[in-house]
Amino acid sequence: MKDTDIKRLLYAHLLCIFSVILSTFIPSLFLENFSILETHLIWLCICSVFVTVVNLVLYSVVKPNTPSKRSSLTHKVARFLKCCIYFLVSCFSFHVIFVLYGAPLIELVLETFLFAVILSTFTTMPCLCLLGPNIKAWLRVFSRNGVTSIWENSLQITTISSFVGSWLGALPIPLDWERPWQVWPISCTLGATFGYVAGLAISPLWIYWNRKQLTYKNN
Amino acid sequence: MRLGSGTFAVCCVAIEVLGVAIFLRGFFPAPVRSSSRPEHQAEPPAPEPLAGASSNWTTLPPPLFSKVVIVLIDALRDDFVFGSKGVKFMPYTTYLVEKGSSHSFVAEAKPPTVTMPRIKALMTGSLPGFVDVIRNLNSPALLEDNVIRQAKAAGRRIIFYGDETWVKLFPKHFVEYDGTTSFFVSDYTEVDNNITRHLEKVLKREDWDMLILHYLGLDHIGHVSGPHSPLIGSKLSEMDNILMRIHTALLSKEREALLPSLLVLCGDHGMSEAGSHGASSTEEVNTPLVLISSAFGRKPGDVRRPKHVQQTDLAATLAVGLGLPIPKNSVGRLLFPVVEGKPMREQLRFLHLNTVQLSKLLQENVPLYEKDPGFEQFKMSERLHGNWIKLYLEEKGSEVLLNLGMKVLRQYLDALQTLSLSLSRQVAQYDIYSMAVGAVLVLEVLSLLLLSVPKALGPAAELDVPLSSPLFSLLFCLTLLVLSAVHVVVCTSAESTCYFCSVPWLVASGAVLLMAALLCAIVSAVSKTGVSTKHAGKNLAPSSSQWSELDLLILLGTAGHVLSLGASSFIEEEHQTWYFLVSTLCLALCQQVYRSHFLGNKEDPQCSSYADPGLKLALPTQRDRAKGCAVLQDNGAHVATSAFEQLGDAERWMALASPWAVLCCCRLLRALNQTGVQGAHRPDLGHWLTSSDHKAALSVLAALSLLTIFLLVQRRCSPMSKVALALGLLGVYCYRAAIGNVMSPWQRGNKDISKGIIEARFVYVFVLGVLFTGTRDLLRAQAAAAGTRARPVGLWEIHSGLVLLAALLLRPHNLPVLVSSLLVQTLMAKFVWKPLSHDAAEVTVAHYWFGQAFFFFQGNSNNIATVDISAGFVGLGHYVEVPAAFLTTFATYVGPILWASHLVNYLSSEAGSRSSLRHACFCYALVGSIPVSAYIILVTSLRYHLFIWSVFSPKLLYEGMHLLITAAVCIFFTAMDQTKLMNS
Ligand SMILES: [Zn+2]
Ligand SMILES: [Zn+2]
Repeated sequence: MKDTDIKRLLYAHLLCIFSVILSTFIPSLFLENFSILETHLIWLCICSVFVTVVNLVLYSVVKPNTPSKRSSLTHKVARFLKCCIYFLVSCFSFHVIFVLYGAPLIELVLETFLFAVILSTFTTMPCLCLLGPNIKAWLRVFSRNGVTSIWENSLQITTISSFVGSWLGALPIPLDWERPWQVWPISCTLGATFGYVAGLAISPLWIYWNRKQLTYKNN
Repeated sequence: MRLGSGTFAVCCVAIEVLGVAIFLRGFFPAPVRSSSRPEHQAEPPAPEPLAGASSNWTTLPPPLFSKVVIVLIDALRDDFVFGSKGVKFMPYTTYLVEKGSSHSFVAEAKPPTVTMPRIKALMTGSLPGFVDVIRNLNSPALLEDNVIRQAKAAGRRIIFYGDETWVKLFPKHFVEYDGTTSFFVSDYTEVDNNITRHLEKVLKREDWDMLILHYLGLDHIGHVSGPHSPLIGSKLSEMDNILMRIHTALLSKEREALLPSLLVLCGDHGMSEAGSHGASSTEEVNTPLVLISSAFGRKPGDVRRPKHVQQTDLAATLAVGLGLPIPKNSVGRLLFPVVEGKPMREQLRFLHLNTVQLSKLLQENVPLYEKDPGFEQFKMSERLHGNWIKLYLEEKGSEVLLNLGMKVLRQYLDALQTLSLSLSRQVAQYDIYSMAVGAVLVLEVLSLLLLSVPKALGPAAELDVPLSSPLFSLLFCLTLLVLSAVHVVVCTSAESTCYFCSVPWLVASGAVLLMAALLCAIVSAVSKTGVSTKHAGKNLAPSSSQWSELDLLILLGTAGHVLSLGASSFIEEEHQTWYFLVSTLCLALCQQVYRSHFLGNKEDPQCSSYADPGLKLALPTQRDRAKGCAVLQDNGAHVATSAFEQLGDAERWMALASPWAVLCCCRLLRALNQTGVQGAHRPDLGHWLTSSDHKAALSVLAALSLLTIFLLVQRRCSPMSKVALALGLLGVYCYRAAIGNVMSPWQRGNKDISKGIIEARFVYVFVLGVLFTGTRDLLRAQAAAAGTRARPVGLWEIHSGLVLLAALLLRPHNLPVLVSSLLVQTLMAKFVWKPLSHDAAEVTVAHYWFGQAFFFFQGNSNNIATVDISAGFVGLGHYVEVPAAFLTTFATYVGPILWASHLVNYLSSEAGSRSSLRHACFCYALVGSIPVSAYIILVTSLRYHLFIWSVFSPKLLYEGMHLLITAAVCIFFTAMDQTKLMNS
């Protein structure tokens, strides 16, 4: 692995972080009374769209994974549809997990679902972009030393840090500070966002730090 | 000496229980008490001060009222009388408050807002200690000086109708009484009619001086359907009618009497928005206090907001009103408006008597009382009073005298306020020395436990306990010397009122010896581990990376829970913590199951860890993982996957589904009982089921639950206990039908509600029978060398006996909790623990977590008010202390107890795990004692927190109780382990 690879990874991640930051500022130019806490749902939608677009662009430009051999149009469309279905399934399964964790079943359905969407954006979307709708590859990447490139390694880190972030985000909910951000699911979405951003920031540094120890089967 | 780790853990927990007991005794301060016993009350009242001479007025002033009627309405909140509800439903009282000759106040009750301490506060004027809450279950006769005792000594005839607590508190004090039990909380008409039916006769009679009525109906309505129930309104109107009847009767009688009479309307505590009480929210604390008498001036159109006073002020006021000495321990002050109409000299005399009493109490409880501002004010006002009397005796009725008198009066009132305040504050003094002794004991035990973790969880599960190590004998002597020196110094210092100093010296020296010995044990353990790590430094290093994600979760969860205890809202919402942890545990298990399923059957033993969404843990570093991978492959994962592969197809599917089933189960149970503070008011299934409209649904649910319990439990029992179990569960339904909780198929109408004593005792017989069969099977298994099959059966029978008892004691809407706990236990044991071959420590901690979660699923919380006391009366005609306490404790801790007993069953039914029970015992002791020890430190540092009485203290009691349960569980574990040892 070369330092240039890591540099590319770093720039890509900086762009992702930038997109998250932009999603909090750009809408306030067009929308009145826009703020993360008060118009939280709008922010969630915008943020997830931004991150999705940036990820799509990034991975199509950088192309870290080897392109599949068959590249007919029908194949591409099928692949795209499959990705969409996977994304939706991940949203719904996250929603179910949140409800099992104690999220209200009937009230705040939209909020809970949008939280599931943004968490899917942070976790499932990069997986789909990088690995495609290929469960085997996913299992390989998320097993102990099945990663084959720095991209997969950073994917692992950002995904897990997003989960940890949203898990930790649930902790302040029972506190009686009565802050606006303690309302479900704001603290969790914020936690997921912080976790994602932290994962993006940490993973290039961590890979750089451990570049001697990291050996990949394909490289 | 070599000890098994189970036995070692039992010893440690026993010492810990002792330490916590000493700590608790120091933490809950002894209430302010007068040193003179109430038996010798020959003490003459303080004479009137007179400058330069002694006054001739040395007797008590004469009574102000001829007759006193106290109408105490349980759980009467201030807005029920003074608010919009009062205007609407209590027109007569509102008229009296606004236009009649009355004085109204809002009396603040101090937490715990539970009936018995409140009655004590009303009648003694003292602040009962927090420990009185526990004794609320069992109210012994009140030994303190109080108004009732004084009145009886003065020859007043007192009549009482109402809550039986009074009869127990004041035995033989009433010339006539009729106590009603608050046994059936669902009954709110009969309890009150029992009181009202006497009114007619009593009000006509002349042969009494004091009439006390304690109405329970309102409280019962609150408990069943909350403060906004439509029943409240009709109950308030009923109370208003009663008040009107009494008032008119008193007025008609007054014409013949010389003195006016007094009618007191008060509440013992309020009612929270959820309808219960016990804590310190404004709704629970504020109660109305209306004094009605024709002696008071009318105040036309005077609709001021009632003044806030203390509940303890009533005792002093009543004593003055009846011409009795003020109770010695009273910290209250006379409600001045009551005596306002009297001549100046008498007013001053009353105030003087009250001030003298308070300052005496201050002298006896505060070492530096002379520096207290209240005491200084008292001295000053007494001097002024003397001067005023002198002036008064020389010339009467001048303007100057009146102005001067007013000045003295104000002085007195200030002094009273300051004295009362500093006395009330005195109650919050902590006995730091006893707390320190207890905390040191507990912490020493905890560090010993932590230090012995590697040895105790090792393959041998044995520990070397150095009893007579010569190396440390010097250290031991030194610490012993230092500690006893500290003890002597602390206890001989002038103003020590420590509990630990007042225990017999033998006990004290035993505790000191224990502390020194534990310290030495810790030192030796530390040095040993130091040596062993030096020796085997390289061998030990990789063992740290053997941890799986589950271990990491367990560690983080335990640490997180302990940290969360520092915040009051996390204590109030502790159920959320456990639900969260249990859900995460399920997802982590899910991840393990899926990993074994998808990656376990690959050809090359690929080191695998599929990072499932559920496993949201800190990422271990790549290097550690790479290293741990190899180790894990060797012992952990390989075994796990191979055991997993032995499962058939159907079982494999069950294994994949069961974590999700457990998650769904937990999610459903969450909706059953809303608990905590923030969520308590939310609608839940439990309330829906218990409301009388859905009795049919509740009956069906209860019957189905009992049937499921039978199906789940019977499969491993012997035929005889199967029959006993079936009959017992049938008896449970009969019992619930008899007391009117559920519908019975053979009786129509619920007129014949009984206490269900026969049915409950019928079930008890079967509980004892099943337990007896289990014990017999165990003993038989031990006697016969080949009786290995009888042993698990015996253990399971003991477990099913406990389940049967739980089914009897839990309220019918909580039976699904029992069912799901059994279901989850079975699923987990069969499809998760066994196939994945988790080690004993992991299974133990998981069982502990589930036990905690089920404690809250059942509707418990860290608030005293949620303890279901009715469980203590099941099958008992009246209150019997020991069984009631045992039954209540069991019913409260059903979750932890059943999970622990299932753990014993699971571990001993597993073949080839010789030390697993010991490991489990040690782990259970460890995870049980970590929160307690940490909490003791937290609560000591937070002792001046605003919520110390409402949030932290009840939690401390819960923690103490939980430690006791943990000790019992550990003893059970070790006993099973011993029988197993002897067996093999
Ligand atoms: Zn009460
Ligand atoms: Zn009550």
